[in-house]
Amino acid sequence: MKTLEYDTVVIGGGPAGIAAAIKATELGLKTILIENRDLLGGIPLQCVHTGFGLHYFKEDLTGTQFVTRLLDKLEKLRVEYLLKAHVHSIEYLDYDKKLVNVVTPQGVVRILTKTIIYTTGARERHLYEIGVVGDRPDGIYTAGEAQTLMDIYGIMPGREVVIIGSGDVGLIMARRFALEGAKVKAVIEILPYPGGLMRNVMQCLRDYNIPLLLGHTVVKVVGKKRVEKVIVAKVDENFKPIEGTEFEIPCDTVVLSVGLRPYLKVLEKLGIHIDPATGGPVVNEYLETNIPGVFVAGNALVVNDLVDYAVEQGELAAEGAKVFIENKGIPTKNWKLVEKGRNIRLVVPHAVSGERDVIIYARVANPERNVYVQIPELGFRLFSYGVRPAEMIWFKLRKDMFSKLGADVNKITLEVKPR
Amino acid sequence: MSKELELTCIICPASCTLKVTVEDNKVIKVEGNLCPRGVEFAKNELSNPVRYVMSVVKVRGGDLPTVSVVTRNPVPKNCIWQVMEALAKVEVEAPVEIGDVIVKDICGTDIIATRRAKKI
Repeated sequence: MKTLEYDTVVIGGGPAGIAAAIKATELGLKTILIENRDLLGGIPLQCVHTGFGLHYFKEDLTGTQFVTRLLDKLEKLRVEYLLKAHVHSIEYLDYDKKLVNVVTPQGVVRILTKTIIYTTGARERHLYEIGVVGDRPDGIYTAGEAQTLMDIYGIMPGREVVIIGSGDVGLIMARRFALEGAKVKAVIEILPYPGGLMRNVMQCLRDYNIPLLLGHTVVKVVGKKRVEKVIVAKVDENFKPIEGTEFEIPCDTVVLSVGLRPYLKVLEKLGIHIDPATGGPVVNEYLETNIPGVFVAGNALVVNDLVDYAVEQGELAAEGAKVFIENKGIPTKNWKLVEKGRNIRLVVPHAVSGERDVIIYARVANPERNVYVQIPELGFRLFSYGVRPAEMIWFKLRKDMFSKLGADVNKITLEVKPR
Repeated sequence: MSKELELTCIICPASCTLKVTVEDNKVIKVEGNLCPRGVEFAKNELSNPVRYVMSVVKVRGGDLPTVSVVTRNPVPKNCIWQVMEALAKVEVEAPVEIGDVIVKDICGTDIIATRRAKKI
């Protein structure tokens, strides 16, 4: 068995991982990227719609165009990578020594590394997680699966479609099904507002006269071999189906767009701390977890709505790995915890140093109009016409804002307040 | 007589809520937009709404069985089905490079590839 040695091992070859591998290489770190599929690129390879790259490339690209640009850069820099390589386990030997055990078609490879950047993305939630009972016949897909079938392999999953959940991928797929001649009977959302971006409600549903049933849920899937129909009901304020409101929608296909969860299986065995709000790890501003030298970026860290953020996080993690190696650990001594105040559902990172500029990602719990997003301890305040759970709040805190903060202050609070 | 209406800008994921004031069928004021493209969107949307059309077409001999495509420019909304019907008939040969023209001159624009197909 051969043992290889690297400064950083990047696990997961989607946008965050590719960006991390590029940045780490540019910073002079000996880097290898590990991907378990037979090609690099991750989810954007199957995203044929536009809306990618407005922040990062200052251009409106399709997912495919966006990720190809990153891949071309990776190839140009001759970053090493392994395909069809599955990370079986990670062993923590010392703060600057981790052993990554990788199963490849050529056999097991052991990689000794100072740092790890974990970028395995998120997984799609499924029927069992949202309490839909009934049959489990052929014809039930997650939105991502339907997208892989249609937009990579050119296969139509079905002709009469009901979409459960109004997340962005579900909305995008509603339009794809409609464009390819399928009948999208309805998009069913349990919440009183859509899960995805308003622009997708407009251009994916309204343009094609697809009904969006808010405050409704599918209580049951019915079908022997293939899906035959779904039973839908209105829900009350506790999201419980209201008796007597049930009706049927005949269909041959059910598509699920009911959210994503960070996918961290291997790291969980290492004992990383998970934030229940994000489903991802607790991290400091370098995106380092509680395990020294293990960084997480992209949708494995927090479910992003823009690929641009995933890429940015990949780069931040690579910079973190560089700082870690140069200083024999992240040098910050006095962390300030970032606490969640009014109407904040999640925030990343969980701790900041105040020693440099830092980017904050957050989501609100409830939609609200004309508000300030603020951190009172720093005198920081940002006006917004409207905040929605589907749209991540992104802002930068400059180093000098922290000069107001007393040395003994060990927390800051992010909150949303009406104007 | 002027009237106000609300539109959601679909140009980028910022999804700005636009408050549009219309007088004699002309847009005279747009508010709520974060960038100038919001004004252009509102004007188009009320006179001649346009959309990019995105899909995939079959590829022979490529590393993946399809390439993704997009109209080079947005096309009028009522041209969307014409574009989709044309794409259903197309099959291309690998290799395909991003930007290659897949269908020439349709609804006043071309349809171009947005994913690479390597020849295998």
